[in-house]
Amino acid sequence: MKIVKLKKKNLSPFLEGISKNADLWAPVKKYSDRHCFQIVEDLSLIDLDYTRTLLPPRNIILPPKFDMFQVAGIEYEPNFSHVAKRILFGIHPCDIHGLLIMDKFYSHSYEDPYYLESRKNTIVLGHSCWPDENCLCKSTNTHIVEEGYDLFFTDLNQDYLVWIGSSRGDDLIRLKPDLFEEEIKEKDIQSFIQRREEKDKAFQAEINFTAMPDLMELKYNDPLWEELGTACLACGSCSNVCPTCNCYNVEDKPVLGKNCANVNRCWDACTLEYYSGVAGGENFREQRSDRLKLWYTHKFQAYISKYGKPACVGCGRCVATCPVDINVLTVAKTLDGNSIDSFWKRLSKEVAK
Amino acid sequence: MNGEIKEKAQDNPFLPESARIVNTRYLTKDVKFFQVRFRDMEKALSFKYKPGQFAMVSVQGSGEAPFCISSSPSRPGLLEFCIQKKGTVTDALFRLKENDVIGVRGPYGNGFPVENMEDKDVMIVMGGLGVAPLRSVLLYCLDNRDLFNRVILLHGARTPSDMIFRDEFLSLKEREDLECFLTVDQDDSGGWKENIGVVTTIFPKIKAIDSSSTYGLVCGPPIMYKFVIEEFIKLNIPKDQILMTLERRMKCGVGKCGHCAIDYIYTCIDGPVFTYWDVIHMRELI
Repeated sequence: MKIVKLKKKNLSPFLEGISKNADLWAPVKKYSDRHCFQIVEDLSLIDLDYTRTLLPPRNIILPPKFDMFQVAGIEYEPNFSHVAKRILFGIHPCDIHGLLIMDKFYSHSYEDPYYLESRKNTIVLGHSCWPDENCLCKSTNTHIVEEGYDLFFTDLNQDYLVWIGSSRGDDLIRLKPDLFEEEIKEKDIQSFIQRREEKDKAFQAEINFTAMPDLMELKYNDPLWEELGTACLACGSCSNVCPTCNCYNVEDKPVLGKNCANVNRCWDACTLEYYSGVAGGENFREQRSDRLKLWYTHKFQAYISKYGKPACVGCGRCVATCPVDINVLTVAKTLDGNSIDSFWKRLSKEVAK
Repeated sequence: MNGEIKEKAQDNPFLPESARIVNTRYLTKDVKFFQVRFRDMEKALSFKYKPGQFAMVSVQGSGEAPFCISSSPSRPGLLEFCIQKKGTVTDALFRLKENDVIGVRGPYGNGFPVENMEDKDVMIVMGGLGVAPLRSVLLYCLDNRDLFNRVILLHGARTPSDMIFRDEFLSLKEREDLECFLTVDQDDSGGWKENIGVVTTIFPKIKAIDSSSTYGLVCGPPIMYKFVIEEFIKLNIPKDQILMTLERRMKCGVGKCGHCAIDYIYTCIDGPVFTYWDVIHMRELI
């Protein structure tokens, strides 16, 4: 793979140069302590000192809500207005892996043009990161990334080492060739190695993912699911923040005052109550425990049997988000034989005292 | 929309094909029969499907829902559905008349393994709306009668007036190449000449079967599966020759929306036809 070097001061001129004909999405600090991807026109707003954004980048490829068709009379007119030329800058390896999982999922058997068209038009510029106490990407082997990006920027204090991951990425470099240096010095390589070793040591959380598919089977009827179900608020937050949750709902929405309707698609969550409900009132997963089981079957087992790796990229969003501490880390620990330690259980114990 | 994207939209798997309702009538008080034909003649004649497959049917502005195809691919050109009024989409469908246009896309799902069933005995047990998918396989067997050995039909309904396709099935009783048993749970009218009792009361009346070369098919209300499967097992029909078709919430039909997920499979892609072994193996199915 081709690797070049970029002085940090040259980053802004580079981004400015390439984002003339596309929306530049980058992490921006918001709500005092959160980061979000958003379109930036003022490059000084970009804040690369972040661990994880609130929402995963799949929300940029497919917006939370968009129209698939407009229906007028009997005609369905496809609507691809969610597709735009985008540059996604500053995305971390775990999230690139998240997109790779989405790519596989949405192109498997039937191709989903709504996702794939949008993905094709998105240039991915990755950026290195540093783990916090919730990062699990070393356990999921998604802390390094070899594909799925056009360029990848590794932070070496004064410079970036820039991995060129695609022919399109190479074209971007050629737009501003003077900003880059071809020669990578031995001291750059040494500081890269040092950084990698230090990063490897910085991980605090760990999950044994290879054990999970068997444990999911063996503990399918374990009372632990009932206990987790009692604690779960069925709020859907874990799905909203997960980079690999792909479920969506479709609804026809009449346009008021006009003789037409929009077929609207929006992200859904399998932990929500009516997720498995059918017409007539039957609900195949009325119990919260059943819905949690489905969520964790997807993350810990289903994807592994289809593609050989878990559908968890270790981003730690569910760990940081779930209000009652039900997340890949606590559920994996519970499956592994530790006692359930969800917030809700702790709270009810406190109240009982 | 630019040219490239418009082109992409041509093979948009979510785009419904328009189809005209050519015949619709009530089968029972809340079940209606819809016979539809793609407006595009080419499409109408080239639409290939297997018994047990389903289609996504949409009413413009009201929504889309999955329905199994009740007609048989051995009678191409027209697609038939029997639909119970149960929700938003079916409410809208029930308001439509002949010559109205709906959207149809498909066919989806695995369907019944009719090739494997050739030269075997086929025992079809249907109850209530379970007629919808199984009528397709029944007609397929009858239209290709020489491909199959014994064909046995057991059809149960609550009352004679609830029996979907009652007249069609009553006339099938006259066929000598079909062992046709019809039953109702109760008959207040007093005019019912066939069996009275739940569908399992018919099993003792069936002449001994060669279990290893028999396929048992079942579809009906949830309660029926348990009891009929027990009968199949008593007859020693192998678990992977007991076939059933299942209902799940579906929003796409093509394995993307996630709603029909069971364990690590999708009902819309890997189903809706499952074997009893699948049921034991994967849990959550029934």
